[in-house]
Amino acid sequence: MSSITVRPTVVPGRYGSYGGRYVPESLIPACEAVAEAFSEAWADPGFRGTLGALLSAYAGRPTPLTPALRLSAELGVTVLLKREDLTHTGSHKINNVLGQALLARRMGRTRLIAETGAGMHGVATATAGALLGLPVKVFMGERDMERQAHNVFRMRLLGAEVVPVTTGSRTLKDATSEAMRHWVTDADEAYYCVGSVIGPHPYPTMVREFQRVIGDEARRQCAAELPAAIPDYVVACVGGGSNAAGTFAGFVETSAKLVGVEAEGGSGAANGEIGVLHGFQSLFLQDEHGQIKEAHSIAAGLDYPGVGPEHAYLRDLGRARYVTVSDGEAIAAAVRLARAEGVLPAIESAHAVAWVVRAAGTPELPGGSTVLVTLSGRGDKDITTLIAEADLA
Amino acid sequence: MKLLMPYITGGVVPGWTAYLSAFEHAGADLIEVGLPFSDPTVDGPTIQESSDAALARGTTPASVLQDLADVRTGIPLVASTYANIALRPGFGDALTAAGVTGLIVPDLPLDELAGLDVPGVQVSLLASPATPDVRLAEIGRRSQGFVYAISVMGTTGERDRLAPSAVTLAARLKQVTDLPVLLGFGISTPEQAGEAAAVADGVIVGAAVMRRILDGASPAEVGAFVASLRAALSLVAPVR
Ligand SMILES: Cc1ncc(COP(=O)(O)O)c(C=O)c1O
Repeated sequence: MSSITVRPTVVPGRYGSYGGRYVPESLIPACEAVAEAFSEAWADPGFRGTLGALLSAYAGRPTPLTPALRLSAELGVTVLLKREDLTHTGSHKINNVLGQALLARRMGRTRLIAETGAGMHGVATATAGALLGLPVKVFMGERDMERQAHNVFRMRLLGAEVVPVTTGSRTLKDATSEAMRHWVTDADEAYYCVGSVIGPHPYPTMVREFQRVIGDEARRQCAAELPAAIPDYVVACVGGGSNAAGTFAGFVETSAKLVGVEAEGGSGAANGEIGVLHGFQSLFLQDEHGQIKEAHSIAAGLDYPGVGPEHAYLRDLGRARYVTVSDGEAIAAAVRLARAEGVLPAIESAHAVAWVVRAAGTPELPGGSTVLVTLSGRGDKDITTLIAEADLA
Repeated sequence: MKLLMPYITGGVVPGWTAYLSAFEHAGADLIEVGLPFSDPTVDGPTIQESSDAALARGTTPASVLQDLADVRTGIPLVASTYANIALRPGFGDALTAAGVTGLIVPDLPLDELAGLDVPGVQVSLLASPATPDVRLAEIGRRSQGFVYAISVMGTTGERDRLAPSAVTLAARLKQVTDLPVLLGFGISTPEQAGEAAAVADGVIVGAAVMRRILDGASPAEVGAFVASLRAALSLVAPVR
């Protein structure tokens, strides 16, 4: 296959017909300020240097590329794990948050606000706030607070205020709405640290750039590790899609086939229709009247009815494909990876592993292929769910 | 004369259109009818609750428009809804068929207007206290019918007093547009309406109306509240 050039945006903030800035007029100046500050900062070697130093000295980068030898033997495909679970705070979310927190400081903002689903983005934001001395307010659905009680405690321990969101499905979608409502009232002082490649321009692009470190590192590591230098498949789970966007960024211009794995009940890219929510146009699960449907996933981080605009665009281009995995498959894959490799993934990440397990040896993923899988986080946060769901006979 | 536009969430309670006649008889000049959306990010708790109540009753944007087509109110109807509903194919035709002549989409700013297709319907843009001068002028030029001035940085919802930002914004808007400037977001009492109308051409009152409806007030009772707003506005001299 020849290499493909994907130039994501012609109009800034647009990915084909997706993206944009669908926010109340009150937030336009705030979005513009973030866009301007980000493009300046990203062009500034000083900013990049500071971020790079933090990523290595604080967050533990580069993360290893681990060949999953026993799982590979079992499946008949070569599986390489990109180990974002080994970052400080336990997920890829820290890459993005350190970037945005430094940006907030550069912009002179005095506090951070964030939404969180699984809690990993909230923990990462609380961590960056503690590190940089910025107070943090995290909006979290009440239902997610129950499922991820452990992460709620971690955020509080780090000094963050966790605000329970009681509207709607009481999960990530509603936490995001509430964070946006709060942002309008505090746009002069607070910086809204968005947790995925979603939201109004420049967030989807900015978050992808902060997460690109995953893909860039993995590309170099694959070049050193693989005879063909590039894996046949690159697989990552998709909630909003930030770990997948960061991973794909390293491979989008290669011949690797890109696969995003969504939760069956939160499959914006696989089953959504074009719409607008949370400041951007993309694919969302919705009914025939245009009401957004509630997503359902055992993985709180994948419990979102939409997907970032760049994923919608990559899907339309045919450059990436999006598949779904059930709750049960994800749980089984988490247990399988733990037993085969001694690595317990976050249930979100287990979705990516589950697709590999299901597809290996089929025409979807032929035997003998090489597969890079991003492990976006570790499973410690999911122990309660695993106790309830995993059948450990 | 100062303009008064009360708001109601379409389909919030059975027989909701009775409130439209009550508003009209109480002296409203226009009525804003919200087409409920599942994720009303620009709204505070009261209007969120009213949208949820409407959706829980099985209300859809189409059913609200059908109700409007059936009642034939004597004053202009302005629909308000979110971009996800407004950008759906056929939306403009549905508005026209229902006799709606105006539209407000709070999450569809200037920059994204090109995607909206509602010929024959006047689209009013919102202006915020944070909007810079150049953009404010552009909002004045591109707005139709009236300009919706957001009195305060925040979401819809009742407030104790009129924000100082309301006065400043209304004055700035009056310099860049000849369209009526209506102040909304937070205006909750006749006193506040009077204060707002001293600097603007009129007021939009949403949450204060909806709280009464959610609390069970009858059309006559809510009509009396709207009449008290009308009375407060009549005491104010025109801006120009
Ligand atoms: C471990 C982990 N993986 C994946 C996700 C999904 O987010 P995204 O699609 O933005 O990578 C989350 C979100 O909370 C997460 O915590």
